[in-house]
Amino acid sequence: MSLSLDDVRRIAKLARIGVTDDELAATQLQLNRIFGLIEEMRAVDTSGIEPMAHAQDVGLRLRADEATAPDRRAAFQAIAPAVEAGLYLVPKVIE
Amino acid sequence: MLNNTLKQLSARLAAKEVSAVELATEYLARIELLNPRLNAFITVDREKTLAEAQTADALRAAGNAGLLTGVPLAHKDIFCQQGWKTSCGSKMLDNFISPYDAHIIEQCRKAGLVTLGRANMDEFAMGSSNENSAYGPVRNPWDVNAIPGGSSGGSAAAVAARLAPAATATDTGGSIRQPAAFCGVTGIKPTYGVVSRFGMVAFASSLDQGGPIATTAEDCALLLNVMAGYDERDSTSLERTKEDYTRDLAQPLTGLKIGLPKEYFAEGLAADVAQAIEAAIAEYKKLGAEVVEVSLPNTKLAIPSYYVIAPAEASSNLSRFDGVRYGHRAAEYSGLADMYEKSRAEGFGWEVKRRILTGTYVLSHGYYDAYYLQAQKIRRIIADDFQKAFAQCDVIMGPVAPTTAWNLGEKSDDPVAMYLEDIYTLGVNLAGLPGMSVPVGFGKSVDGKAGRPVGLQIIGNYFSEAKMLNVAHQLQQVTDWHTRAPAL
Repeated sequence: MSLSLDDVRRIAKLARIGVTDDELAATQLQLNRIFGLIEEMRAVDTSGIEPMAHAQDVGLRLRADEATAPDRRAAFQAIAPAVEAGLYLVPKVIE
Repeated sequence: MLNNTLKQLSARLAAKEVSAVELATEYLARIELLNPRLNAFITVDREKTLAEAQTADALRAAGNAGLLTGVPLAHKDIFCQQGWKTSCGSKMLDNFISPYDAHIIEQCRKAGLVTLGRANMDEFAMGSSNENSAYGPVRNPWDVNAIPGGSSGGSAAAVAARLAPAATATDTGGSIRQPAAFCGVTGIKPTYGVVSRFGMVAFASSLDQGGPIATTAEDCALLLNVMAGYDERDSTSLERTKEDYTRDLAQPLTGLKIGLPKEYFAEGLAADVAQAIEAAIAEYKKLGAEVVEVSLPNTKLAIPSYYVIAPAEASSNLSRFDGVRYGHRAAEYSGLADMYEKSRAEGFGWEVKRRILTGTYVLSHGYYDAYYLQAQKIRRIIADDFQKAFAQCDVIMGPVAPTTAWNLGEKSDDPVAMYLEDIYTLGVNLAGLPGMSVPVGFGKSVDGKAGRPVGLQIIGNYFSEAKMLNVAHQLQQVTDWHTRAPAL
């Protein structure tokens, strides 16, 4: 398989990474090389094999339903790009 | 003093031959002298380091010192550390002063270890050469024209150059073992789940694992005692009884069964690396070990499987970097989507972008089964292969990498060539097994200069870290490769 320039544009959009027209061809070339490597795997017969998501087959723990996290809002907002009145600021999304 | 192991430094501090402040001052002076050439540190902060050293000295004066109180070390810039810039090698986090400590950092603080600085690394731990750092490449102390390996290249180079007696590091596909091998130092990646990932910037969550790099296996054991342990804040942290990883160091190796996977010694392995590995195996035979041939028949499939799983998990993990709550935000944008796209385009380097794009594609609608699920099935096959091999042996040995360190720039334009170098390390992460690298000699001369270090990989079954450290320690009792330091 081979990714087209449109494929690369679409993936970049999904990944929310701006790729300029100048960068598109080089990105396509590199991604196609990577997928060339990945393709080797697709021909392997894996019928009947359980996918392994994790190294240790442990279930997720449940914890007691208690509030444990301390209030660190001021410390966390001190490193934010833009805040006002305790809220994170982003560009307007609803007109 | 700068050639002392942690164990020796601990004894000297206990005997009051030296104070933590004096020790930190001496290392800081060496960092100041050599870091401009090696670029092993992203951040050095003398005041913070000396304040930590003073605290350690006060603890000792009050009679409250532990074994490692006052011993200095470097932290890979991936571990969040309160008050320190935690850049993860990325422009994205260049302005990120961490508001909290990673579990590993807390553990080190409790043990009284003193932070010498923050070690350079490949951006978001993605790379095998340390050329992907936004802060410039780290240089290999054995030859400044060579790469130090990656992604924990700063940690390994700092220890090799004696800018720090030890360092923390992380390993997702070989990032502790390969730089340790290329820099001639000792490092261990524990079993997945032994060290908490809380506060360790996430790359591929089902593979990431922290561990130590030091000059000796004994020092790695001492540090693993500090770093390992259950942490409820990491959902994959394992609830196990606390172990003493030094407990078996002195055990003799008589009757130890070493499995040599034939696929690790096949075509592609450089002759000089093979020679050093074989010499180490010969030493083990002298120590009473037996050697059996084993097979890991799907070794080659670890590369495509890993380069689907790791990017898929990375694309999900790195979606948090959106310029909203912390990290880089573009200066100008037309709306929310544009802010995301510009902030991420400016904040991430190209290797990180490529992996996010690869991961986004393999997880996108209609491709999940063909890529991600298939890769996870191959992951199972690879893990099963290791268990079949461990039915025949106690530990598996082989090279860490097919060659010694290559020259800076040699592979930086070809990500696939770089990925192929990870062939012997990736399977260990996919299976979640512990793996380590031990220095066992030097390769052939390069560009008319002395050869570069070779690392022996020791792979153990789950939770066999104490055994592996024993195996490495015994080799270090009869060889002196781990005591060699580059002339700088």
